Formats: sequence, structure tokens, C-alpha cells
Amino acid sequence: MASQEQLSAIKRAKVLMVGAGGIGCELLKTLALSGFQDIHIIDMDTIEVSNLNRQFLFRQSHVGQSKAKVARDAVLRFRPNISITPYHANVESRFNVDFFKEFDVVLNGLDNLDARRHVNRLCLAAGIPLVESGTTGFLGQVTVHLKGKTECYECQPKPAPKTYPVCTITSTPSKFVHCIVWAKDLLFAKLFGDKNQENDLNVHSSDTANSSEHSEDVFECRKDEDIERYGRRIYDHVFGHNIEVALSNEETWKNRNKPRPIYSKDVLPEEQTKENGNEEKGCAADDVSAMVSLSLKNPQDIWSLVENSRVFLEALRLFFLKREKDIGNLTFDKDDQLAVEFVTAAANIRASSFGIPLHSLFEAKGIAGNIVHAVATTNAIIAGLIVIEAIKVLQKDNNNYRMTYCLEHPSRKLLLMPVEPYEPNRSCYVCSETPLSLEVNTQRCKLRDFVEKIIKAKLGMNFPLIMQGASILYEVGEDLEEDMVVIYAANLEKALSELPSPVTSGSVLTVEDLQQEFSCSINIKHREEFDEEKEPDGMLLSGWVEAPVDKDNNKPIGNDESTSNALPSMETLDGDKDDEIQETSEVVEAFAGKKRKLSEVSEVTAPDPSGPSSINQNKPEKLDIDDEDDELIISDDWESFTKKKKL
Amino acid sequence: MDGEELTEQETALYDRQIRVWGADAQRRLSKSHILVCGLKGTVAEFCKNIVLAGVGSVTLVDDRVVTDESLPANFLILPHENHYNGKTLAEVCCDSLKEFNPMVHVAVETVPLQVVNLFLLGGPAGDISTFGVEFFEKFDAVIISCCSLGKKVLFQKLINQKCRKLSKRVAFYTVECRGSCGEMFVDLQDYKYSKKKLEETIECQIEYPSFEEAISVPWRALPRRVSKLYFAMRVIEQFEDVEGRNPGETSIADRLGVLKLRKELCETNSLDESQIPDALLERLLTDTREFPPVCAIIGGILGQEVIKAISGKGDPLKNFFFFDAMDGKGLIEDISGPSTRS
Repeated sequence: MASQEQLSAIKRAKVLMVGAGGIGCELLKTLALSGFQDIHIIDMDTIEVSNLNRQFLFRQSHVGQSKAKVARDAVLRFRPNISITPYHANVESRFNVDFFKEFDVVLNGLDNLDARRHVNRLCLAAGIPLVESGTTGFLGQVTVHLKGKTECYECQPKPAPKTYPVCTITSTPSKFVHCIVWAKDLLFAKLFGDKNQENDLNVHSSDTANSSEHSEDVFECRKDEDIERYGRRIYDHVFGHNIEVALSNEETWKNRNKPRPIYSKDVLPEEQTKENGNEEKGCAADDVSAMVSLSLKNPQDIWSLVENSRVFLEALRLFFLKREKDIGNLTFDKDDQLAVEFVTAAANIRASSFGIPLHSLFEAKGIAGNIVHAVATTNAIIAGLIVIEAIKVLQKDNNNYRMTYCLEHPSRKLLLMPVEPYEPNRSCYVCSETPLSLEVNTQRCKLRDFVEKIIKAKLGMNFPLIMQGASILYEVGEDLEEDMVVIYAANLEKALSELPSPVTSGSVLTVEDLQQEFSCSINIKHREEFDEEKEPDGMLLSGWVEAPVDKDNNKPIGNDESTSNALPSMETLDGDKDDEIQETSEVVEAFAGKKRKLSEVSEVTAPDPSGPSSINQNKPEKLDIDDEDDELIISDDWESFTKKKKL
Repeated sequence: MDGEELTEQETALYDRQIRVWGADAQRRLSKSHILVCGLKGTVAEFCKNIVLAGVGSVTLVDDRVVTDESLPANFLILPHENHYNGKTLAEVCCDSLKEFNPMVHVAVETVPLQVVNLFLLGGPAGDISTFGVEFFEKFDAVIISCCSLGKKVLFQKLINQKCRKLSKRVAFYTVECRGSCGEMFVDLQDYKYSKKKLEETIECQIEYPSFEEAISVPWRALPRRVSKLYFAMRVIEQFEDVEGRNPGETSIADRLGVLKLRKELCETNSLDESQIPDALLERLLTDTREFPPVCAIIGGILGQEVIKAISGKGDPLKNFFFFDAMDGKGLIEDISGPSTRS
């Protein structure tokens, strides 16, 4: 049990937990058992059935209710005399620096990068210690962040969700995931989503024959057109006609296997008549399912081409028949059974065409929905480790903070691997206030692009304020004056060099997010030309450390952000089943040392964050000061970071 | 395949974990039966984990009556007098565990531990094997966390022997947490399993020493860098056994006695006393109550191991696991004689 000093520090502490999900439930329970008496917990989600395998504070009867509130009630049952304050809200909404300042420590149990970055900035602004964590399957990690003393959460690059080049998706898929992205972001979006959205379906680099007007007609259901007819027409267009068009470009297929066109009459010769008696049994719009209709019972089965085709046509038919009002404003939702069925079927037919192995609905759903696999045990372990670090933080036990990695396969006998935290990255634009640089064509680039692609997408600022000197070029807020709002709206459409306070080469912009109380400066440098393939945004941001990007990354189609407790370094959507080999090296990479450990800070040598030669490969690092024998070798994979880091 | 398939309910509930270990493994879990002996905080954590995972049944043995003492690290006990008044630990935990997953059968084995022990140690008749076999054969895994009686080592040895005598393989685990430290032991006997590496399926086999074999391995025969916690736990354990104490019933007043025992054991084993630091022993003597974060960690690792062994998926650890919150390391030690050393 904890010592007396520990116990009194624990009793007095006011703790903020962000997230009441997988890690959150375990954490709240362990905090309560450990003697914590004043806990606040924020979570915007409600409880779902798939949570119940690990979020043990929740029951079937709680589905639909607020996680934060139910978690609190559940823990009070075995610790009735402590105070737990739940907030059913988005942490990125109303919680400002003053709110954060009230706490002694913040403990994150989040499932997305955006929120983590947001909390990181608030903790830095408030000067409050942050304990971060994440889990995926059997892997997990806990890290400690203290302003000025250790790295902040953003000092090390976090990989962005994986994206794929347009041409791979539209023309040359080679993996099943490419087919899923096509089915979900192109076909599903085209048929059921916002008609006004740009859509790359039918875009072929050599395709001059089809005018876009003609393409538009193809996907619209014609007046008085029979739904069966329509379904087959769409089927034939995307799986037959479009493939034939693609085949006509010989160049593409020089070194690749050619796809084969598939036509519905060849796969399903007879017309789909009312064989499907089941679905007429007055089911609610929500429960509509092609699988049920076709008596396909097992989501783990891999359907044949014929079955996939049936599902495709039946799902499409059911959308039009039972969910007509949804058509035109649907986005893919993994919990929408019919949508999952449609996307699975479409992806499989396309896969069939390209000779890619087919997948079950279960697998397809996981890939399309970015579902992260999760178990209770890892969350429990991580929660225990979080509390241990939290107690050290409360006691200001500065020399003993650890980052701990929970591995699936032991590394040098260790399943739980503690590592000393690193000192802050001097180049981190978040905690070290280093200016960034942006190369951009100031005469062509509009302020809107700058805001969307750089400020929001890359820098993670939700409510930006952009200034040059004393001039405000743009800001977001509730209490802005009408005329300012008009000016800002107009500014968005102007090129940078044409703004009221012109932005040209040599300009320095200050960008702030008032809520995160975070600001940084960006030095602007004008450049005329940008490579369309390598720099599709027409802008190049440097000094911002980005994780190694897919080398095929030209004009990518973004895949949805992973909604999970995933370790940042594990966020991939490959849908590959065999991740055993990759795993250890990825974890090692995740803490590849580029900076000095805290224990080395007292040394006189100046830090050289850009010098690969200053770090030896396989330099033994001492972890345990007690025991000379205990060594932990961390191989510094410096190369993979410096190569991509633009300086 | 009919009747073998997971139900719709199971598929929906277990979706996220099926994505980790697959539907086959989930099916095997749902048919498994686990025996748990001794319900302190760590084991409560473990039980929660396997109930959530969807094992077939969990049988609880612990006839100690609930007191204020048992409350701190065990979240299965709700501190309302009428919830636990007069009930045994097993009964109270059973009620709570059922809530976590209605598809798991959770039950209390009413044979009191003393009686079990009596039978196992050899009651007056001396022939206990029949009873022992029947009792344990129902289970796929047995988890022992020692409670009373002051004969921890013997108790664990005997149950382990029962498990090994059966023709069916019964996985055997012991677990103990004291303060910031935790220890876990695994015996899967002769364990065969397969795993996929890249495109191939590899057949694997691991031979485990029995509990008795493991702790009888002479200390000088162990690799140099073996965790000091292993030795320290053996010293404390023997001390408690010799002194007739319940596990955890020690204090700083026992310091001299423990150091004396350490000296003897080290001499017998030709081990340098510095391998078992004073500070570590003192911590284990004084810091004996379970520390909830450590319970969560050890309960989690134990949960994972049992799931692996039952599902046949994943490399099980062999054969000891140690955690010490002081250095934060969770490490595996292979304590085996020459015949079973990996």
C-alpha cells in the first residue's frame, strides 16, 4: 500500500480524467481504490454494446447513456464517500485554461489525436502535468509530460492516419483496403452522400472521352426507372464500363495485372425478383438489412462473387425503398448495417475484378470503420501504470517519472518496459515556441487554403486568430462584430499577397488558438512553383516535425481519422492480420531516442537534435541507478526521423 | 458448424476482442472453466478480466468472511453492511462478477478451503487422489492466490501436483501481490500450440517445470541477472511458512529473522547475499497490503496469460512474471531445471 506521505498527497489531490471509455473505466476504478477522493471526468460519448466487453462499469441497460455519468455512478457504489464530477461534453468545447489550472494532474484516456493535442496545449498553458496513454489490442503505453521538464505530447511526431493516392484508389488498387476506400469514399458517397461534394469517381488521368456532365447522369436514378434496373445499371457502370475504360490505357497495365470487367448479367443472369420474401415483414427503417433479406447469417463468412453481387443490389434496393429520405445526406457510419453491407459488397466485387482476395463483412467493417481491436486486460494494466505515475507527479518525484511500454512480445525479458522521459524538443513548435516556416505562392494561395490545410489540418488549431503585426487577418469567435465577420469572410477568398495587410515573402504571421492558449509564428517565404505530385497542397511547412509519410503520397484521399485508443505509432488501416513481426520494431521506433534523457540534462554538452552522428547506434542506456547490472539497450533509429524531417 | 458458431449476441458483445484473437479463440474461451482460489484484490481484477473475456464458467473458492480488511483493493465488494454481512468473500464477489457478463456462469464452490486443504494434505485416510482428481478435472485452469493456513508452499505444490496427475491438461497459476511488488507463476506442463508467422503456420512446444521443480532449482544454477525479486519472495515465503504466518503477516520487527534466513539460504545455495538487498526485503516485510495499481497490472497480465493458454493463441510466458513499481519493470524469468530450460 502507499506510504503515509503518498496517502496524504493522494487524499488532497484534485484529478482530471479525460475519457471514460476503455482506459477511463479501469482508471477511475483504480484511482478510487487507491484513495483518490476528488476526481473529475470528461467524456462526450454515450455507451454502445461493443463497449461492454471491456468498459466494465457499464451494463446492457446503460446503452445510450452518458459514459461519464454512468462510470461515476458505478464507482460510487463501491466508494460511496468520494467525489466524482462527470461532464458529458467534448473536452474541446468549453474547458479553458482556468478550468485546467484547478487540477493537480490531468490523466488522458482518449481515442483520437485531435483531442490529445488540444489537452496537451491546455496543460502546457496551465502548467499542469499530463499523463498520456493509449492502447491497441495487447499493446499500450503511458507517458508523463511536464512543461519545461519533459517532452510535451507533440514534441515527437505522431503519425497521421494513413492515406492513399487517388490513382491507387480510382484506377490501380492492389490491396483490399484500397477497394474499401473506393467503395466507401467514392461509390457510397456518390450514391448516398451529398451530391454537391467533389468526387473522384470516374476520374482517369487519360480519360478525355467522358465529359463530366455525362458522368453525372450515370449515377442519378432516372425518373420512372425501376430500382432493379437502376441497381444493375450502376453495377455495370462501375464494375464493367469503368474497368473497360481503364483497360484502354495500355500504359497503366504494363507492369500490373489487368483487372477484368464484370457485368451483372454474367454474374446474376436471372432478374432479381421477389425471392426475398423476408424483408417485407415490416421492419423499421433502421433494421433494414440485405443480409437478413438474403439469409446470409454469418458476418465472418467470405461471400462469393455471386453473393456479394446479390448483397450489392439488394442493399442498394433497400436504401431506395426503405431509406429514401436518407439518400443525399448519408456519410458512412460503421454502425449502419446496410451501409456496411453495401460497402463490403462493393469492395469485394472490385477486389474480385482486380484479383485481390475477398473479405468477410466482419473484416471489411473493421477496415472501413477504422475499428480498433481492444481488450480489457491491456486497459487494466495501463490504468495501473497511469496511477503509479500520477502518484509520483503528486509527490513531485521528478527523478522517477517513467514512460512505460506494454508489449505483446517480451523484449529482453520485459513485457512492461520503463524508459526515462526525454527533455523537451527545442524545435517543438508547441512547447518551445520555435517559429515555423511556410513556402507558398503568395500570389496564388488563398487565405482559406492556408487556414484549412495548414492552421486546422496540420497545426490542430480549432479557433484560430491570424495576425500580421497588429493587423488581424482572420479570426473565429462568437462575439465578433458584423463588419469584421464580413471582412474576414472576404479575406478568406483573397490571395495572401492581396490581403488588406499583404502577406509576402518575409512576412511573419502569428497564429493563435485562444482556447488552447497556444500561439506560434510562421515565417512566410514566397515560391513560384510546387510539384503537383509531391506538394499537392501548393504549400510546404517546415520546422513542424511530421511523422514519416507514405512515399506514394500524392494528392491523397484522406481516410477517416482513427477513432480509438490507438497508440499513435500503431494507427494504420492496412487490415493486415499479421502484425506480429512489425510490432516490436514499431514500438522501438516509437521511443527512438533523438534527445537526451532527463538524467543527462546536467551534462554540459550542447544538444544537437539534428545530428545523427551524435547518437550511437545501440548505445546502452542506464535505467536503474541502483543496479549496475541492469542495462537497457535502446537502438536509436535516428535515420528514419531525420530523413523526412524538413529543415 | 451449427451450435458451434458464436451467437449474434456474442458477436456483438465480443466484436472488439474477436478482432484481437479471432472467433475460434472466442469459441474456445466460451467453453472453458476456471477455478479461482483466494479472492484478494489481484484475483478480483483477474476475475473481472476473464468474465469480460467470456469464459464458460468461473468457480470461486474463498470461505473467509468479508471484513473491513478485505475492502481496500477489492472493487467487487460494495461497502454496504447488508451487502456483505455474514457472507463469504466468494459469495460477495460472485454476485458482482455476474453483472459484468451475464453469459458467464459464475459460481461459488462451497468446499471450505480448510477442508480442501485437509483433503489435499492427506486427511486421516491418507488417500486423497480420488477426490482431488474429480475436483480439479472439471477445470481448464486453476488460479491460486494464497490465503490463510501458513502453508503456502506446500498448498501450492499439492494443487499443482493434482493438476499434473490428470490426463487432461489443467493450467496452473499462482499469484501474489505485496505492496509495490507482484509475482506470478505459470505451469502449462507440456504445451503445444501453433502460430502464424508471415504466411506460415509454425508448431510450437514449451515444456514447463512443475511448481516444485521450479522453486527447487538451485539458485547458483540460475542465470546471473535473474530478478532479485524472485529470491526475495522465496525468502519471505519460507519465513512465513516456518513461522506459521499467514501471507502478508509480517512487519519490520521480523527484519532480523528474515536477514538470518537469507543468510542461511544464500549459504546453502552459494549465492551472494548482496543478490537479495536489505532494502527489498524490508519493503516486502512492511509493505504487505495490496496496492491497487499493482493489482490491476498483475491481474491484467494474469488475465492475458489464461486467455492465451485457453485459446491456444499467442506465446504464453514461461514461467515467472515479476513487477516492481519502484523500477517499473514487468519482467519474465525462466526458472527451470536443465530438462525444461528453454
